[in-house]
Amino acid sequence: MSGNRLIAMARKELIQIRRDPRSLLIALLMPIMQLLLLGYGISLDAKHIPVYAYDQEGSQDSQALLKRFQASEYFNLVTTVDNYPQLADAIDSDRCKLGIVIPFDFSERLRDTGTTAVQAIVDGTDDNTANLAMGYARAVISGFSGEFQRDWLARQGLPVGGGGPPVSVDTRVWFNEDLESRNFFIPGIVALVMALVGALLTSLTVAREWERGTMEQLISTPVTPKEVMFGKLIPYFAIGMLDALLCLVMGVWWFEVPFRGTLFSLFTTTALFLIVVLGVGFMISVGIRSQLGASQIALLVTLLPTSLLSGYAFPIDQMPAPVRAITYLVYSRYYVTILKAIFLKGVGIRALSGPVFALSVYAVAVGWFAMRAFRKTLDQ
Amino acid sequence: MMITGDQPASAVSVEARDLVKRFGEFTAVDGVSFSAARGEILGFLGPNGAGKSTIIRILCGLLRPTSGKATVAGFDVAAKPEIVRQHIGYMSQKFSLYNDLQVIENLRFFAGLYSVPRNLVDSRIRAALAMAGLAGHERDLTRTLAGGWKQRLALGCAVLHRPAILFLDEPTSGVDPISRRLFWDLIHDMAASGVTVFVSTHYMDEAEYCNRLALINRGRIVASGAPTELKRHLSKGALLLAKCEPLGPALELLRYHPDVLEAAVFGNALHLTVRDAGAAIAALPQFLAEHSIRCTGLREISPTLEDVFVELTGGRVRDAEVRPE
Amino acid sequence: MATAEPTAAAVQAYGLTKRFPGVTAVDQLSFTVQPGEIFGLVGPDGAGKTATMRMLAGVMSPDAGSATVAGFDVVRDPEAVKNHISYMPQRFGLYEDLTVDENIRFYADLFGLNRRERERHATRLLEAAGMAEFRGRLAGKLSGGMKQKLGLTCALIHRPRVLLLDEPTTGVDPVSRREFWQILYSLLRENVTIVISTAYLDEAERCSRLALLFKGRIMLCDTPEKLKQRMPGKVLVVNSPKAREIRDRLANAAGVSSLVLVGDGVHLVVDDAERRLPELRRSLATASIPFDAITPSEPTIEDLFVAYVQGQR
Repeated sequence: MSGNRLIAMARKELIQIRRDPRSLLIALLMPIMQLLLLGYGISLDAKHIPVYAYDQEGSQDSQALLKRFQASEYFNLVTTVDNYPQLADAIDSDRCKLGIVIPFDFSERLRDTGTTAVQAIVDGTDDNTANLAMGYARAVISGFSGEFQRDWLARQGLPVGGGGPPVSVDTRVWFNEDLESRNFFIPGIVALVMALVGALLTSLTVAREWERGTMEQLISTPVTPKEVMFGKLIPYFAIGMLDALLCLVMGVWWFEVPFRGTLFSLFTTTALFLIVVLGVGFMISVGIRSQLGASQIALLVTLLPTSLLSGYAFPIDQMPAPVRAITYLVYSRYYVTILKAIFLKGVGIRALSGPVFALSVYAVAVGWFAMRAFRKTLDQ
Repeated sequence: MMITGDQPASAVSVEARDLVKRFGEFTAVDGVSFSAARGEILGFLGPNGAGKSTIIRILCGLLRPTSGKATVAGFDVAAKPEIVRQHIGYMSQKFSLYNDLQVIENLRFFAGLYSVPRNLVDSRIRAALAMAGLAGHERDLTRTLAGGWKQRLALGCAVLHRPAILFLDEPTSGVDPISRRLFWDLIHDMAASGVTVFVSTHYMDEAEYCNRLALINRGRIVASGAPTELKRHLSKGALLLAKCEPLGPALELLRYHPDVLEAAVFGNALHLTVRDAGAAIAALPQFLAEHSIRCTGLREISPTLEDVFVELTGGRVRDAEVRPE
Repeated sequence: MATAEPTAAAVQAYGLTKRFPGVTAVDQLSFTVQPGEIFGLVGPDGAGKTATMRMLAGVMSPDAGSATVAGFDVVRDPEAVKNHISYMPQRFGLYEDLTVDENIRFYADLFGLNRRERERHATRLLEAAGMAEFRGRLAGKLSGGMKQKLGLTCALIHRPRVLLLDEPTTGVDPVSRREFWQILYSLLRENVTIVISTAYLDEAERCSRLALLFKGRIMLCDTPEKLKQRMPGKVLVVNSPKAREIRDRLANAAGVSSLVLVGDGVHLVVDDAERRLPELRRSLATASIPFDAITPSEPTIEDLFVAYVQGQR
């Protein structure tokens, strides 16, 4: 392999990238935009869930309960209504997601029998929010319950501590203590961005030369397929690493996602992933000699699997077994696992040996196929 | 088509007066005037960027002139472009035809596009098929037709609505000579029946088929006339063909000879432009022999259209910046 | 055809064949090109020119036959030849988003030229092409003629032994075309062999030798002069504004083998010029058809083409 020819190809590719505003846009702006859009746009958390209350009793106790809802950051007590139809209508027209109905004999039953019930009506059309809303509502109510119990015991002159349930669960969330779904997402978004940018940009590079007619002349020169491949991919590799850095900076500094790993582990695994992604893009570009076709296939092969099957948004272990099996083929899955681990767990490469090995196998396989894919001939 | 005899030359069908078209700072057409009579075949000869396509687009009503006036079939192109377009047909080089449609499907499509009256569609399509020699091949895919057939089919499609004026953009470049002759026979027949034909080309062989030529460069007409007339026009002098051995040294030598205005290699011989053919033919062989160069042939030849074109454009085509046409 | 010593010929093709679905683009093509010649592959679209050039350049493999270029067997080992040839495809192989200089540098690097060599050749070539002041301009912003010259410059930067040009003058204006040929002629001095393909039949006359191609086969192959001598019959040109009437009158006259209507007259081929000329004059005079002149003319390559194909039928 001739160093001169390799450098010549890389230099030309770099000049062309610089002069093509679209490529630059994809390379630099898209990652930032994706991060911003998805980072802010997607949240599986629920906060400020709108609540309507129907307080049939209107006593001090019922007001105290409603105040708890008001004070909770998960709820936003919008207003109170005077009847069921109004409540139902509010849920139907999406003015609230949760309706609380406090029965007319709320505090009476509480003082007489020691128990009472509050009705919570939840809009179940969004399964996720509904579950969270119910969970939070229960928490608020049990908080009220506990406080009420303590007050009552205190007024009876009984020891307060014995009022709780016999076994309590002391939960602690590791790695993502705030259960900020954003922390869970953003490393995955990085993977998505890299897969997209890498494959999209490179998928165009060879196809463009075929379309413009320069490939015909190129293959009549002494340049070898390896020189073409490496020469074309090296600039994109550099851009990919730059994008990774960009995503890291944005994620940590703007979105305040914790970063507990080392830069070394991040960049080596990213480099490995890039090799796979660039190789895939190159193969697409070689196989499809039109830019339009190549870019379409690139999107199909990267966007779809990565967004659905890599575990970046939808947990893999929640998927049915056959689909889970398929995810082993999705190379971005390994990178997402690695990224989350590096960002949130702060582990080193050794603990990630499984996914790293899988990615390496992918890199070698893709590299091997890519080198063979490009032939210096016009025959197809 | 029947030949009906020559049309009266006074029936001017296309006229342009002081046409100017500017695109921002750039003047594509710079004061062009010409006229074409009914049944005339007028050719615009010139390099890309000279303004040919712009002039044709103005005549087709696709662009408005910056100043000046043009009338086609009696209608002002700037005022009534829609009507103008009903009277013209256009055939572009590598074509207007849809390769994945059958012959008949292409014909029906263009018949519809040109709003051919419904009662006339069938007979016109049959006439087009006959003209192109494709009767019996209606269901062939256009893609499978050889070059010459496609050319004639494209012509047939372009004239389904029997336009008074036909625009051809390099219709036969790359086509084999036999098909080209067939094509031009058809054009001549059409011209004989009164159709005015505009041809745009920089293919010299094609230019020979035109009745009159206008040489265009840098937005201006630099010369016009019948092909033979133009070829006599080499103002600088006469053209000689010289066969010499060895060729290279002969060229170097003759370049600096006082009688020789220009010398260039052409194939295995030299083309010399001299002021006086007779004197040169008499003097040069001796001169060459004195320098140990054998001259095996020296005779006058007639200049080609290319020679004329090169001389008239002063060897300077529009400068190297690519501009909108 | 005379067979030259295999090692002496610059290009040799034996029975080159290339088939595509539905058509045999190149059908058993054989020809020889001597060193220092400008050899033309001339023919209309679809004749097989581009396919032949691609096979000679080693970017397409033939279905049958063999070819040697600059002494190398391009069929068996296409890569070996690429250091010694330059191929300029129809679209010139230029990178529109690179400047003139960047394009030249790229191709120079591909061929392993060092900086000094590259500068020396580039300056010389660009000056000869009149492009020295456009070095910083993007290739996409050059006119057709300039692009063509840049393509040629990139092809010549490494001083190849054989130059393969596929329809380099298509769509280029006559002035640039002429300048292009002047550059080609200047290469002869350096003993570069040039194979050039063209659909412009008038360009055929500029070649030292040419092969007339039609439907994948060679019809004729010789120098332009010798081919014209082989022309069956003589060409006469009649100038007249009444071209159609002359055509009707003379189409079936004795001795006339073909007649073509041109813009300002009629172009015919007769068996014997001396004998027929007065006959034709008389015929026109009798019918009172006016004409300016009847003059003998040199046959064009187009005349040759038509006569040959007609003769085959």
